[in-house]
Amino acid sequence: MSSQRVLPSPPPLKPERNLPDRTSSRAASHTKTRTRPSNSERKHRLGNLIVTIVLSLGAVVMVAPLLWTFSTSLKTREGVFALPPQWIPDPFVWENYLRIWSAGPLLTGIQNSLIVACTVTIVGTLFSALAAFAFAKMRMPFKNVVFLSLLAALMVPFPTLMIPQFTMFASIGWVDTLLPLIVPFIFGNIIMIFFLRQYLNSVPDSIIEAARIDGASFLQIFFRLIFPIIKPAIAAQFILWFMAVWNDYLAPIIYLNSPEVQTLQLVIANFNAQYAIQTDYPLIMAASFVALLPVLIVFIVFQRQIIESIALTGSKG
Amino acid sequence: MSTTARRSRLHRQEHLTALAFVALPVIGFLLFTLYPMLFSVYASFTNWNGLTAPVFSGFDNYIAMVQDPYFLESMYNTFFLMLGIPIGLVISLALALAMNRKMRGSTFFRTIYYVPVISSIAAVAILWQWAFNGDFGLINQILALVGIDGPNWLQDTATVKPALIIMAIWKGLGFSMLLYLAALQSVPRHLYEAAALDGAGAWKQFRHITVPMVRPVTFFLVVTSVIGGSQVFVEINIMTPTGGPEFSSATIVWYIWQKAFDNLQMGYASAMSIVLGLMVFLITFIQFRLNRRNQFSID
Repeated sequence: MSSQRVLPSPPPLKPERNLPDRTSSRAASHTKTRTRPSNSERKHRLGNLIVTIVLSLGAVVMVAPLLWTFSTSLKTREGVFALPPQWIPDPFVWENYLRIWSAGPLLTGIQNSLIVACTVTIVGTLFSALAAFAFAKMRMPFKNVVFLSLLAALMVPFPTLMIPQFTMFASIGWVDTLLPLIVPFIFGNIIMIFFLRQYLNSVPDSIIEAARIDGASFLQIFFRLIFPIIKPAIAAQFILWFMAVWNDYLAPIIYLNSPEVQTLQLVIANFNAQYAIQTDYPLIMAASFVALLPVLIVFIVFQRQIIESIALTGSKG
Repeated sequence: MSTTARRSRLHRQEHLTALAFVALPVIGFLLFTLYPMLFSVYASFTNWNGLTAPVFSGFDNYIAMVQDPYFLESMYNTFFLMLGIPIGLVISLALALAMNRKMRGSTFFRTIYYVPVISSIAAVAILWQWAFNGDFGLINQILALVGIDGPNWLQDTATVKPALIIMAIWKGLGFSMLLYLAALQSVPRHLYEAAALDGAGAWKQFRHITVPMVRPVTFFLVVTSVIGGSQVFVEINIMTPTGGPEFSSATIVWYIWQKAFDNLQMGYASAMSIVLGLMVFLITFIQFRLNRRNQFSID
């Protein structure tokens, strides 16, 4: 019961502090520039203008292929080959976005991707967090040896493992099911364990000892005490992992053949191969755009967490 | 006496609990990394089609490999595609420097540049394949606006690799830019102020403060991009399904995949995958050594 009370104040543990506080530094620079002579301020403003123009041009290059995809997806089949090119579709064929659902197993693709990504990340995150807690805060013989061997596994590229993994799963009849994409990963993600362990290093041992003295079991400590503290780190890693599983292609293409088990990425790749022959580019682009949307939405919603945790990755790495 | 006994009992209990907590990742490691890796090593010394039992064949696969022009070509292609890494790093550092200014809209730009990073490589490959289309693709239509008759990018041995490099830079830019930006923001301002007092100009400040200060990030990015670059597969599989004109875009992972799952030469493919694994290990090792030396030279 006291485990709730010994919760430390979270601010010093937040990873955001690694990034300088934007608002305060901006305010500071403001006051600084105001005291400077106006000449340098004008220079600063001119610099900003030039930089903004350059960055805008770059941004156009970055979004151009995406806009081009979207524009193509709204054209007629003939409109794609119009000369001079139609930069803006004429007419707008929104119907392409209806056709894709019957043109291939897009919906089952989304379902399969959701099944794989959700199972892997939810179960895997729980096990990773438990392991990270043990590695960071508990006594165990050979703890560092075990941790380092797990880390060393990160150096082994998947292509080196895929042939034996394939024959393993083939021998138990799991090929052409979603299981080979799920089972190896629910045991935990070493990258996540690594980052959560780092994060937990900044949690004082004393709060765990206090909870132990109060008679809490380690499982209770994990769920009542540790989990709430590391929740932001878990959330960020969870999103990154989810997107990685969602976007995976090599493992699905090895294991999945039948249309009804294919994940979204395979479905759109098949769309691409199949409808390019029929030169139905609007259909391919509409399907690809739909495939991009979920991750795009997740990114825009969780932008702050994603960007912060990526930036943290670099500074820790 | 009794307290030590009690403590050791508590310790043993803690050991067991900790063991239970780490057990699953360890089992996963043993089953899905260590065992397959050892099996790969074994299979690389066998003649094996994946269906019948492997037959031991000594170093045959490795000897065949160095005489296999497709293997050598795919290795060459893989390294060639890595030429995009330094280009991408330079551009992303420049972008990070630009965004490090206090100005409006930098968050917006950050988001825009980051979108390709989170996009699925399969979808990205599809849309770039379309953008590189020789007759109706975005690239050539823009080139046509300025009067250039663009090549048929993905069907031409001279342009297929540059096309793939352009796409890879486009996709990876946001990631390295973001890491550089985080590194730039943590450089203490007083270093620049002191250098300015000593009369160091913008270039000197960049050369002697910024570059050394972001070196750990550069190192991290080089290691991760080389490891990622040695495993390029998806864009090849989608954009040039047959390995490109005259095999000119086939990468090592693409070739391993084709040998293992199309031609069922799993022994040979395993041998190539071992070479890939050793290569990744060696690159990581060398770069760690180099980095250590670099850090000494900064001190």
